[in-house]
Amino acid sequence: MDLQIALLLTQDGITNGAIYALLALALALVFAVTREIFIPQGEFVAFGALTLASLQAGKLPATIWLLLGLGTVIALIEGSLALRDRQFRRLPVILLVNCGVPLLLAGALVALSPASLPLPVQVLLALMLVVPLGPMIYRLAYQPIAEASVLVLLIVSVALHVTLIGIGLLFFGAQGSRTLAFTDISFEVGDALLQGQTMLVVVASQVLIVALYFFFERTIYGKALRATAMNRTGARLMGISGTLAGMLSFTLAAAIGACSGILISPITTVYYDSGFLIGLKGFVGAIIGGLASYPMAAAGAILVGLLESYSSFWASAFKEVIVFTSIIPVLLWRSLTTRHVEEE
Amino acid sequence: MSRSRQTTFALLLFPGALVAAPLLLPEFYITLLNYIGLYAIVALGLVLLTGVGGLTSFGQAAFVGLGAYTTAYLTTVFGVSPWLTLPAGLLLTGLVAWSLGRVTLWLSGHFLPLGTIAWGIALYYLFGNLGALGGHTGISAIPPLQFVDLELRSGGAFCYLIWVVLLLLMLITRNLLDSREGRAIRALKGGSLMAEAMGVNTPRSKIVIFTVAALYASISGWLYAHLQRFVNPTPFSLTQGIEYLFMAVVGGVAHVWGTVVGAGLITILKQWLQDWLPSLLGKSGNFEIIVFGLLMIFVLHRARDGVWPIIQRFYPPSVVRARAVEALALPRRPLPAAGSILLEVKDASKRFGGLVANDRMSFRVRAGEVLALIGPNGAGKSTLFDGISGIDPLTSGAVSFRGERIESLPAGEVARRGMSRTFQHVRLLPAMNVLENVAVGTHLRGRKSFVAAACRADRDEESRRLREAAAQIERCGLAGQMYELAGSLPLGKQRLIEIARALAADPCLLLLDEPAAGLRYLEKQALANLLRRLRAEGMGILLVEHDMDFVMGLADRVVVMEFGQKLAAGLPEEIQCNPAVVEAYLGGVE
Repeated sequence: MDLQIALLLTQDGITNGAIYALLALALALVFAVTREIFIPQGEFVAFGALTLASLQAGKLPATIWLLLGLGTVIALIEGSLALRDRQFRRLPVILLVNCGVPLLLAGALVALSPASLPLPVQVLLALMLVVPLGPMIYRLAYQPIAEASVLVLLIVSVALHVTLIGIGLLFFGAQGSRTLAFTDISFEVGDALLQGQTMLVVVASQVLIVALYFFFERTIYGKALRATAMNRTGARLMGISGTLAGMLSFTLAAAIGACSGILISPITTVYYDSGFLIGLKGFVGAIIGGLASYPMAAAGAILVGLLESYSSFWASAFKEVIVFTSIIPVLLWRSLTTRHVEEE
Repeated sequence: MSRSRQTTFALLLFPGALVAAPLLLPEFYITLLNYIGLYAIVALGLVLLTGVGGLTSFGQAAFVGLGAYTTAYLTTVFGVSPWLTLPAGLLLTGLVAWSLGRVTLWLSGHFLPLGTIAWGIALYYLFGNLGALGGHTGISAIPPLQFVDLELRSGGAFCYLIWVVLLLLMLITRNLLDSREGRAIRALKGGSLMAEAMGVNTPRSKIVIFTVAALYASISGWLYAHLQRFVNPTPFSLTQGIEYLFMAVVGGVAHVWGTVVGAGLITILKQWLQDWLPSLLGKSGNFEIIVFGLLMIFVLHRARDGVWPIIQRFYPPSVVRARAVEALALPRRPLPAAGSILLEVKDASKRFGGLVANDRMSFRVRAGEVLALIGPNGAGKSTLFDGISGIDPLTSGAVSFRGERIESLPAGEVARRGMSRTFQHVRLLPAMNVLENVAVGTHLRGRKSFVAAACRADRDEESRRLREAAAQIERCGLAGQMYELAGSLPLGKQRLIEIARALAADPCLLLLDEPAAGLRYLEKQALANLLRRLRAEGMGILLVEHDMDFVMGLADRVVVMEFGQKLAAGLPEEIQCNPAVVEAYLGGVE
């Protein structure tokens, strides 16, 4: 290995690590607020990337069907609840939010021919299609059992993950897609070529992380989420609805997932099931940070990215083996240093 | 037909149908039946691990792979007989599972299943990338199984083998659960604190069930390899591991028979969906997982205990009653002479960060004496109990029990030396009956372990244990509730179960944390009489209680605590007139 290769591998590792860091943050956030280990996080990465790719290919992204379907189911459930409680005034709002908005979006997609639109508008459309899926999924899959044990919630997450993988295959097919590069700029650093797109990934993930920091430190909703994460009952007694906190954290997680997918899709081909491994690597990073500390989770994720890129050079066939086995010494270390406290 | 006749009929019908099925059914259904059997074997391990022990694993498919690849490799490369590769596969799987268990079973709650996902993926990629194992193409031309001259080449012949193995493993699992170690495993789900206090070595119990579940999976893999006579990495992927857990959960993860139901439902549904969905959707792919995922979410929302309990509602199991009447009594520990010092606590302190919960507490308990520890709420009484019994060790200070220092021993070792306790917040296993709950207390009075339990070599000791438990239940006045579920009884009765459980451990020192709370007047009197009898037999009793009538009528000496410190100590009459105590309780006299 010479310096050039080392630089390339490091560049690769940091780029992937930045994405893993974003996903690790989202995982740590969702876990802290709702106690749910959000395994379907990875599917949002794939859905984000593949929805953008469909838009660019001039196809109607199949994601809209999922949005319409989930919206209809939620409208039916909420509508029947409202009817039962004789709150007829809520009906128009329920219909508008869950069915009207997705229909409007579908109409816009058909009318606009998105392939010819500028890239930022395409990205915005993709986000509008994917991000609402987060809170919708929370409403349908998690909210009814919000008080269940962590293990039940985890099994629900895994079930949701396989469902979304199947839906991804149905929507986008088995072939992978790439999206257009955001920028063609490249720099020469010594012997190595630094791609503008990889720079963009790192910068964008940094911006997102800083934005999240301000959201949690400076806004009332961010503080509400932090309060819920620290003490669910206490937060509820202070009037912070657990449902709102759950919806909000799932919206953030979906947004982070979709952004990650959109960021990496120009660099790497994304398949319907790519998200899972990407998400899991984010999770390995989060575990290294103990699912609690955000900076540690981010550092762990960068470490995973570097480990992956170097092991793909030395033992490419065993890349995944090395990355996923690396969790074991970490777990061992954590198990020896943290005292086991029993859940009541 | 009466209900019991119906059950017998069903029990005879099932093996009959199994014998007949491979002779009558077309090849397609035999294959289906084979797969149901193979999957049910793996799911059975999950019943033990998840349903009973409360540990979740998504990685069982990797253990199936270990069993399958071991036999595939050894039989094709070295020509070893398949009958030798079975133990080889079990040994390898056992070693891997034991080491993975050592690393991951420490983890609480959610970390463990996530760990299983990680190494499940790692092992899958290992199978696919090791050149010696044929990479992603796998290993073919695995020899068939052979009984003397009979080669098991047809699916029908294999069907018998698979189902005999499955039924045998189900029997072993049931035996295992209905034993001393089985109760210890079932106690894991109720939180490890109580189990540890009763002397269960919880890390060991966890590793054992984890390894046993992995061994079941390995057996399934060995059968699979010789049925298919070809292996590649696909069936050992994480997706399959997730499906195994789905089978167990859909069937009813706490029920041995649920595995067959779950494996059957999922396998048939999968077959049907694989035929039907692609033509419906006009595309080919594993779309059945969409339905499986949604089904799973639905099951967890609406019927978290799975399908088997719903079936069981139509065929309620007949209650097995006292089978332990004529067994010998368990040997008893010789009690120390009355008046000799049992427990000596010296300068015991416990700090939680800046908070001092116990501050240099000192006292003694003698054999044949009731020492009451009283004090306002938050005085640190229960914390002191936890410190003495080894549940949550003291920060500093010395505790001697029968002349031996115990302050740094774990709870199980303290229990082994003859100290037994109850908990202020009742820690029972609500889904088990009173008899079995109390029998958990006898854990340290037996030695028969897993292997003996699996082949029923423990029956003599087991009936002696149940007899002991029954005797203690009667002593505590619960004879009428012996076969009721512990969770269905009122709180006062549950406290009495805790006392019976502590007594079943044959202690010489009893630590009772608020035993009279929630009892009615007559029940309190009966409890006081029981404690007096125990005292007369020479037992030492350390009692925390708020009911002053109860305490003053019973205690020989009283120690009063406030803010973690000893406020006063002496005879009950002295304590009642002590001005400092009166002030602590009533806020003083103006």
